[in-house]
Amino acid sequence: MQAKGRVFKYGDNVDTDVIIPARYLNSSDPVELATHCMEDIDKDFVKKVQKGDIIVANKNFGCGSSREHAPIAIKAAGVSCVIAETFARIFYRNSINIGLPIIECPEAAKDIEDGDEVEIDFDSGMIYDRTKGTEYKGQAFPEFMQKIIKAEGLINYINQQ
Amino acid sequence: MGMTMTQKILAAAAGLDKVEAGQLIEAKLDLVLGNDITSPVAIHEMEKFQKKDVFDKDKIALVMDHFIPNKDIKSAEHCKCVREFACAHDITNYFDVGEMGIEHALLPEKGLVVAGDVVIGADSHTCTYGALGAFSTGVGSTDMAAGMATGKAWFKVPPAIKFNLTGRLPKWVSGKDVILHIIGMIGVDGALYKSMEFTGDGVASLSMDDRFTIANMAIEAGGKNGIFPVDEKAEAYMKEHSARSYKIYEADPDAVYEEEYTINLSELKPTVAFPHLPENTKTIDEITEDVKIDQSVIGSCTNGRMDDLRAAAEILKGRKVKKGVRCIVIPATQAIYLQAMEEGLLKIFIEAGAVVSTPTCGPCLGGYMGILAAGERCISTTNRNFVGRMGHVDSEVYLASPAVAAASAVTGKISSPEELEA
Repeated sequence: MQAKGRVFKYGDNVDTDVIIPARYLNSSDPVELATHCMEDIDKDFVKKVQKGDIIVANKNFGCGSSREHAPIAIKAAGVSCVIAETFARIFYRNSINIGLPIIECPEAAKDIEDGDEVEIDFDSGMIYDRTKGTEYKGQAFPEFMQKIIKAEGLINYINQQ
Repeated sequence: MGMTMTQKILAAAAGLDKVEAGQLIEAKLDLVLGNDITSPVAIHEMEKFQKKDVFDKDKIALVMDHFIPNKDIKSAEHCKCVREFACAHDITNYFDVGEMGIEHALLPEKGLVVAGDVVIGADSHTCTYGALGAFSTGVGSTDMAAGMATGKAWFKVPPAIKFNLTGRLPKWVSGKDVILHIIGMIGVDGALYKSMEFTGDGVASLSMDDRFTIANMAIEAGGKNGIFPVDEKAEAYMKEHSARSYKIYEADPDAVYEEEYTINLSELKPTVAFPHLPENTKTIDEITEDVKIDQSVIGSCTNGRMDDLRAAAEILKGRKVKKGVRCIVIPATQAIYLQAMEEGLLKIFIEAGAVVSTPTCGPCLGGYMGILAAGERCISTTNRNFVGRMGHVDSEVYLASPAVAAASAVTGKISSPEELEA
């Protein structure tokens, strides 16, 4: 499995309130949520994002509310992967459970800049910044989580048991 | 190598003699919680299961609290979806308008959580029940769906940070100031993936309401859970509210902690978190400039309990909310609302020029019932002050205790309760 796209770069502590503000949580429709994705931190995100693009951020990405609407909105907006130095734990769980690929990689999070073209090989965990010509090794998931990801989410995984 | 309190509860729930930090386990759940925002997503996920039934209709709690009484048509549709699910599955603990309260105040009050329980909730502040000596943590809707179907959840056993509390809180300093002090000290990711275990001689002096407030905001430091030892006060609370038997777990003497902090409660001061992170804290005496406010919110799962309303009423009694400031008081449950009425607190609030609302999460997350316009400032007893949290992206939220929020409503700027007494 691979991903390739242009990077949207953000800083520390991107919270789920800016990923999908609560004023839109009266909907649970992924397509509608996607139209407001990142609205309170980057108004132009939804205008510019294209299928396959990648979000890169620094520490504690997805902190705050447990709203699964946050990874749902990111996935439905077309984002193929989120790379961060660290993730908040509920966001991390939710992403695995709904099948949104995420990678913890402090070096990549530090170096990669907004607009860079990046490729990711999920099987090897390798991240390639094609703009800079650099490469990084992301942290591998424990085997149990890999099984959930391969099943494309927790519900499918449980159904397969 | 011994286990922490959290690790002991998780080991028992996983049917293991011993667990250690980092281990992946599957634990049996005593309660699965959802609200009107997260449950509809979970119910939709439930439809994908081959098995359609819930694992135990008595061990699921569905609380309509965020956007109710329905703030708009879409919210009404969400509540309808949950109501129909609760009816179809005969869910015992479904709480709608008239019975509901803010979930994390309601569940302990109804006796649905006791010491030793393992609880997941599709709401990040589910960590509140650590005040009772339970392991409880926030999850998303898919975990909630899996929990409702199987009665189990996977966890990575967390390492822990120990907070040794000593001394006794001074007048006008509360549990809110303790947790804001801690978050200011360790940061919003200071306890990322970890347990926050509170212990020490100082715990005994903290009321249960103070402990609920402290455990509630463990998530604001990135924590997986916050937990208190079970003492006489906690046992008395559970006996008063629950018919269920509880199990007391204690950390081993040789339990391993990644970090340890000692906090002398006697030295703490009223503390305020400035925009836009709960870690941006200042003690009240460090705020030298005038921070004028437009609104004061007293309520939420963090600070909508009796201790909180009593503290606010003590300040507002015989005083007036400053002209130009909106003061919104939200008792967290129907029982708290009623108790506040019987104690005459609601009269004090209304005579002071505050409004009193039915229980709702409303303004805390910028839902309704107190949304801010561009450039407006609110002092709030809620738990988050992120960009746009309570309304316009250019508004500001300052987090504080009920005493500070009430005093500030009177003066129109962020103020210490002591300023009013001077």
